[in-house]
Amino acid sequence: MAGSVPMTSGSSMNPRTRSMKETSWVKWALIGLAALVLLWLIVLPLIVVITEALKQGWDVFLAAIVDPDAMSALRLTLLVAVITVPLNTIFGVAAAWAITKFRFRGKQFLITLIDLPFAVSPVIGGMIYVLVYGEHGWLGGWLDSHNIQIIFALPGIILATLFITFPFVARELIPLMEDQGQQEEEAAVTLGAKGWTVFWKITLPNIKWGLLYGVILCNARAMGEFGAVSVVSGHIRGETNTLPLHVEILYNEYQFSASFAVASLLLVLALVTLVLKGWFARKNAH
Amino acid sequence: MKTIATKRGVLPGFGLTMGYSVLYLSLVVLIPLSALLLNSTGLTWGKFWDIATDARVLASFKVSFLTAAAAGLIDAVLGLLLAWVLVRYDFPGKSIFDAMIDLPFALPTAVAGVSLTAIYSDKGWIGSLLEPLGIQVAYTPIGITLALMFIGIPFVVRTVQPVLEELESEVEEAAATLGSGRVRTFLVVVLPQLYPALLTGFALAFSRGIGEYGSVVFISGNMPMKTEIAPLLIMSKLEQFDYAGATAVALLLLMISFLLMLIINTLQHRLRKTAR
Repeated sequence: MAGSVPMTSGSSMNPRTRSMKETSWVKWALIGLAALVLLWLIVLPLIVVITEALKQGWDVFLAAIVDPDAMSALRLTLLVAVITVPLNTIFGVAAAWAITKFRFRGKQFLITLIDLPFAVSPVIGGMIYVLVYGEHGWLGGWLDSHNIQIIFALPGIILATLFITFPFVARELIPLMEDQGQQEEEAAVTLGAKGWTVFWKITLPNIKWGLLYGVILCNARAMGEFGAVSVVSGHIRGETNTLPLHVEILYNEYQFSASFAVASLLLVLALVTLVLKGWFARKNAH
Repeated sequence: MKTIATKRGVLPGFGLTMGYSVLYLSLVVLIPLSALLLNSTGLTWGKFWDIATDARVLASFKVSFLTAAAAGLIDAVLGLLLAWVLVRYDFPGKSIFDAMIDLPFALPTAVAGVSLTAIYSDKGWIGSLLEPLGIQVAYTPIGITLALMFIGIPFVVRTVQPVLEELESEVEEAAATLGSGRVRTFLVVVLPQLYPALLTGFALAFSRGIGEYGSVVFISGNMPMKTEIAPLLIMSKLEQFDYAGATAVALLLLMISFLLMLIINTLQHRLRKTAR
């Protein structure tokens, strides 16, 4: 479903007969064309973030980043990731264990339900929590009378982020654990090992690189989510503003350099994610 | 020792992991999503129909679906080129090339949105070149399509790439031995085997494009009837506390995208069958 990133192991070149190869100039023309597409479509937006961020010099750049509102947005973004990523990781491991180690009816249906958040627009992903916890929502009256605020506050941001990043870890682990089978675990249990011991000593070492791969993608989306969080945040500066929302606020105030300076922090997050992701995928392939 | 050979197998933990998974899935996904269907907003069928046939709503759906389809189609062509080059050729910088394909997955959509707007606005690197030619990209459907192309391209490359790697070379070799030219071999032998993967890649990019918000909202200009996408219309209805209206548009968007995915899945099933 949308949002899934299959882990690609290093591609091996098939030996091909001579008659199947394109002539050299066709080959290099295609490579050149592909490089142009990549530069235009993907690399250019990356470069422009940096050039726009530094357009008015380092002082403006640094001022935008150490600005108290930006710092508080950074703290909120990190806090949301620190809470949501472990929760979805625990779910992902549990769901993958149930789905890959046992046979039961409706397994395919359960996998479809887990994938559901990828098929739903992020705006709808945020909106459903407004319908449940908002002022006029199902639980709105009760929450209000108990002075609990969920929408336009931290809990709402966490819930919307949980929804958006829900499938990442499970999706990565299910095919991986399916491939690995369960002979090792079964052998250990037959020899008398306890369930948790089997998980920590056998399963976890086997899946750790795939698990980290899912976690890093989950984290990137948790820190970068915009649409869903935008619906539930309320955009209160210094309080419920995450980094991506801060980019939007500055941009709408025509503080372009500052907006791109904050955006460049998120660009660093994306690049670190790509590097780690490649590393985990290579480790997993071995 | 307990009897361990149960019906499900010897491994423990089914009750715990299954129970927890279903509980967590219900709390985070199913119950909140059901708020849309069980409609807590007092939406009636009559009202739903009024909203669904409202000119502004229809216009936003037209913009969303046309731009997402155009972006998906262009991505299918460009993605095939990128996947082909990555699988079939060796060249310097290939691993960086390969890694960069995933940037749209890792980059927050709002960052892509502001960056693309800066590139294609009339003062931007590309926008300023196109302006004298009378071509406006930012704040038009072309801009929306470009943003959705950025978001969708990895889906196509990452679905086509593994299929292209697994492709059996015998048929290709046979065609070549029988004197078929390279272009003809590609069109007649290789391409048909890639149709299911291309269709999947298109479908993933398309469905992501229909729901996309962050990368589009900056470059679209958000003019009602012209460049307003459906997710943005939901957003503006929410901001006006028109929850019934927002629910109606959201339900419509969900129903149409599920229907389309169903059609595409069926098509794909057929394609796979005929490919064999």
